[in-house]
Amino acid sequence: MGYCPNTPEEIREMLAVIGAGSVEELFSPIPQQLRAKSFELPAGMSEFELMGIMREKARVGGTEIVPFIGGGIYDHVIPAAVDHLAGRAEFYTAYTPYQPECSQGTLQALYEYQSAICRLTGLEASNASLYDGGTAVAEAALMALRVTGRNAVVLDASVNPLHREIVCGYLASLSAGVVEVAPAGCASDLERLMGCIGPETAAVVVQNPNFFGTVADFTALAAKAHEAGALLIVACYPVALGLVKSPGEMGADIAVGEGQSLGNTLSFGGPYFGFIATRKRFIRNLPGRIVGETVDQQGRRGYVLTLQAREQHIKRHKATSNICSNQSLCALRGLIFAAALGKRGFEELATLNYDKARYAQGLLGAIKGVSVLNRESFNEFTLALPKPAAKVVTRLLDRGVAAGVPLGAYYPGMDHALVVTVTEKRTKAEIDALAALLEEALWN
Amino acid sequence: MSMYFTKEHEWVKVDGSQATVGISGHAAHELGDITFVELPQMGKVVKQFDTLAGIESVKAASDIYSPVSGKVVQVNGKLEDAPELVNESAEDAGWICKLEAVDASELAALMDAAAYAEYLKGLE
Repeated sequence: MGYCPNTPEEIREMLAVIGAGSVEELFSPIPQQLRAKSFELPAGMSEFELMGIMREKARVGGTEIVPFIGGGIYDHVIPAAVDHLAGRAEFYTAYTPYQPECSQGTLQALYEYQSAICRLTGLEASNASLYDGGTAVAEAALMALRVTGRNAVVLDASVNPLHREIVCGYLASLSAGVVEVAPAGCASDLERLMGCIGPETAAVVVQNPNFFGTVADFTALAAKAHEAGALLIVACYPVALGLVKSPGEMGADIAVGEGQSLGNTLSFGGPYFGFIATRKRFIRNLPGRIVGETVDQQGRRGYVLTLQAREQHIKRHKATSNICSNQSLCALRGLIFAAALGKRGFEELATLNYDKARYAQGLLGAIKGVSVLNRESFNEFTLALPKPAAKVVTRLLDRGVAAGVPLGAYYPGMDHALVVTVTEKRTKAEIDALAALLEEALWN
Repeated sequence: MSMYFTKEHEWVKVDGSQATVGISGHAAHELGDITFVELPQMGKVVKQFDTLAGIESVKAASDIYSPVSGKVVQVNGKLEDAPELVNESAEDAGWICKLEAVDASELAALMDAAAYAEYLKGLE
């Protein structure tokens, strides 16, 4: 196999085979606004000049805007150790080597990552990571179908709407059913979720904190699901786990989530990583790679990929997943972050988030016409504004502040609702400035 | 009760409307050390030659097909902790599961022990 890019002649040949006139025509089904834009750079320039231009473009792109946006992706502190260690040449490669003879470092790091995810989620078995938080929720749903042999899931509509779309997309092509249960205000409608569990329900899928920022205890829901032979899937926010009850403690069977908040930069949307953990008895239904600990011929500790019969290089089309991926480098950053903080560090980080959000909640909730819709929250909460939230957000963006996620696009009738996130990185001055700007935007 | 075999190396013993299913000694030998038996769900309803269970060995991961139609009423729970029972006693203690509501006329599509032995010779 050659490693040269395709020659113009090869491109012509391939286009002729599939009957496309040009590369442009091949990509024409993708709407123009979703295509990569040109950076409009001159043909040649010095490295120094180029860096100047790119820095300027990055600035205009919004990296200097103060973010109060969450909705699944969060602006957290990243200790310097994360960049330093993850950037080491032994780890920093586009391909993740798995041959145990020459990859003990990578395999041990992934094994420790799995251990960290198990500790955080309170469950017994984790894989070596998934593509992102949304696909992790979908993989968990597919896993529940396999475990139970049933054909439908009950999906709480207060789960991240983008993740719900992925779940519905995956399940639609399997002709599996999805019953969406609308929230009661900003909280999961536990009674209706329980009422929707039937004999074909493979799992109930919830998120904690949910998309509105509300924290809940799903212990009773887990018990109800188990009574009916269904599983409970909890999508969780790892930083919140420093304070809130873990999925394992609630009796969840599968915990999933977006790993970005663990040591990964915002980066305009990725790459991130997803995580998935479950109870030991379901381990053979986990998708993706799993690293296990073993001993070599001389009895020395070592690490290898394990339970590979689940995977597509052995089971082909019957593998637990043929569409998952792992994100080793991002997961490694997650591990280094977790190890750098430790148990106490997680608790302190979570407490800082909680306290700062309480301060912001008090200040913003005191603005004339503004009310806080959910007080049982972690670092994210929903405000009801006297004006459409999307317009307010646009106005505040001009002043250098991203005020939050307007809910109108995701929940009909919630045009005036805004989800505000306050991480440990937001200073008192920034929170005070947000309150002042919001008040000004609403009343001047 | 006589034992009947499939071309995919499963065996079945039918007693009235109930059948016991496993894999043949030949199959167990060919698979090598068996590391895991994925037992079927209780109550699962299968048609003859549908996928019934799964088996993993140090060499391969394979499906186990149902020699007859029926409903799973019992699984060999011992295999969960001791899959090696299939290697030690494939056609007896290493049985996989029991099916109910079995129609003995389906046995016509299978081989008896003598025919299976001939079939194995043909595979060599």
